[in-house]
Amino acid sequence: MSEFLQQLVNGITVGSIYALIALGYTMVYGILMFINFAHGEIYMAGAFIGWYLMTQLGLPFLIATPLTVIAVALLGVVIEKIAYRPLRHASRLGPLITAIGVSIFLQNLAAAIFGTDPRPFPLPSFLERNIYEVGGVILDSLQIWIFFLSILIMIGLDLYVNHTRMGKAMRATKINKQVAPLMGINLDTVISLVFAIGSGIAALGGIMVGLYYNSVSPTMGFMPGLVAFTAAVLGGIGNIRGAMIGGMLIGILENLGAGYISSGFKQGIAFFVLIALLLFRQEGIMGKVEREKV
Amino acid sequence: MEAYLAHMLIIIGIYAVITMGQNIILGYTGLFGIAQAAFYGIGAYTSAILALKLGLPFWVGLPAGALAAGLFGWLLGLATMRLGGDYFCIATLGFVVIVQQVLLNWEALTRGAFGLPDIPRPSLWGFSFDTRLSYCLLVWVLVAVLGLLMRNVADSRLGRAFMAIRDNETAALGMGINTFLVKVIAVSLGAVYAGVGGVLYAHYTTYIDPSSFSVMETIIVLCMAVLGGMGSISGSILGAAALIFAPELLRLVGVTGSLSIYRQLLYGIILVAAILTRPRGIMGMAEFRFQALFKGGPWIREI
Repeated sequence: MSEFLQQLVNGITVGSIYALIALGYTMVYGILMFINFAHGEIYMAGAFIGWYLMTQLGLPFLIATPLTVIAVALLGVVIEKIAYRPLRHASRLGPLITAIGVSIFLQNLAAAIFGTDPRPFPLPSFLERNIYEVGGVILDSLQIWIFFLSILIMIGLDLYVNHTRMGKAMRATKINKQVAPLMGINLDTVISLVFAIGSGIAALGGIMVGLYYNSVSPTMGFMPGLVAFTAAVLGGIGNIRGAMIGGMLIGILENLGAGYISSGFKQGIAFFVLIALLLFRQEGIMGKVEREKV
Repeated sequence: MEAYLAHMLIIIGIYAVITMGQNIILGYTGLFGIAQAAFYGIGAYTSAILALKLGLPFWVGLPAGALAAGLFGWLLGLATMRLGGDYFCIATLGFVVIVQQVLLNWEALTRGAFGLPDIPRPSLWGFSFDTRLSYCLLVWVLVAVLGLLMRNVADSRLGRAFMAIRDNETAALGMGINTFLVKVIAVSLGAVYAGVGGVLYAHYTTYIDPSSFSVMETIIVLCMAVLGGMGSISGSILGAAALIFAPELLRLVGVTGSLSIYRQLLYGIILVAAILTRPRGIMGMAEFRFQALFKGGPWIREI
């Protein structure tokens, strides 16, 4: 039983991070009906910029982190403006191809600048990992921090989207992109904001991963990107609460699978879930079944 | 120098064939399927294994590899065709990952990461295609044959069905085209082309291992198709040529450092730039008119 709880705890930690990344995917898809393949690289950028600010510029964690979030949010906005916005009215294929292009570009840019070797990530002293034991389960303080911070962000985002004017604008744009501008909503602003928020949150995820696994590398974006995408689909792509649930679930499933079946299986689990979802229930948990109208 | 040029031409030819396959799937039919690297790998390994374990000659390996790839294309098509565009794309990428993993892990069959060395060069009635020049000729004969085939397909009912689906799938359905079947055929046919490329590759380099059949590889093929012109045979060749020469040019200019990183950086930029500025690629959907060489008239034929 304690084995199960242990995996659960680990799963929730990782799941929280997956949820943060998944939010970016789901928000963008909700509004633009477009899978931002480059999002995994944005998360990686967050980890690297944070690493750079802390190790090369020596900035303290509490200054480096907000700076990283802002920088990556800006990166997301810039990418949208350059690579996706001009194609907004073009065929479905265009943005998908540019997204792949951006993803490759970012990954190799990081490799060119920082080299392909993984780097250790600095741990600030107040986040020192104190180990606790609760009922046979081993927890460390960093896991608790990650979990609570993620929950806070998710609640904050949920409140923002559901209880503010701008959030309403986002929801309206999601419902009908063509009518929203007629209601006085500035489409460009809303979309830029969605990218900014999604990217900033993913950046935080990147920093958390750096702290938790004590390692960042230019290729770290691909797998988590895929897993987070699966999480978004699992929760119902386009649904923010779904992304949160999906992220947690996948994190838990991954750890349970690794613990009970085999650790090599870890990578395969997300894939497996994705294939199952695509075959049987594309709408995910909280999605609605959409009938294609001719 | 000639050896270098011949080598370049061989590689361009191989990629041109694979890109033609990509164009059948993406350019003609509008399916965002990017599994060519997987089919390319299947073709390569099939022919290599037949040659090494059963001693079968290249001339058996070639159709075998092509058919094997086509078969997997058929199966993948069947499995994924009901998915919408975005998900279909991810499924095909997933297939590339899965195939690469299988190639890596099924060591009894493929020797895993150690790869398969000593794949024999083809020989015909005593003549062995040992030299670069002779192999280059072989490759380009196949390029010409497959290019002609692709053009005949394009002008046939099947080809028109492909393009009808690309232009408006619902209308195509309304006209009585079995869109599901036609789409699966498209993927399968594209896979056959990739399989041929794979066989050519295996018997040229005489050594293959799973690392060549990666997601990056499939994206390179996508790049070539996009750059050259999605839906153009001559475009496939041009795209392949451009993307094989470009990193060589970089190297001549003296850009050092890890070539592969800068090369991949270039591919990313090319993809984005091409779609933004000239989404139809260099050739768009037009074709180079070979007849212009003999009979005069315009050089480019629009489809």
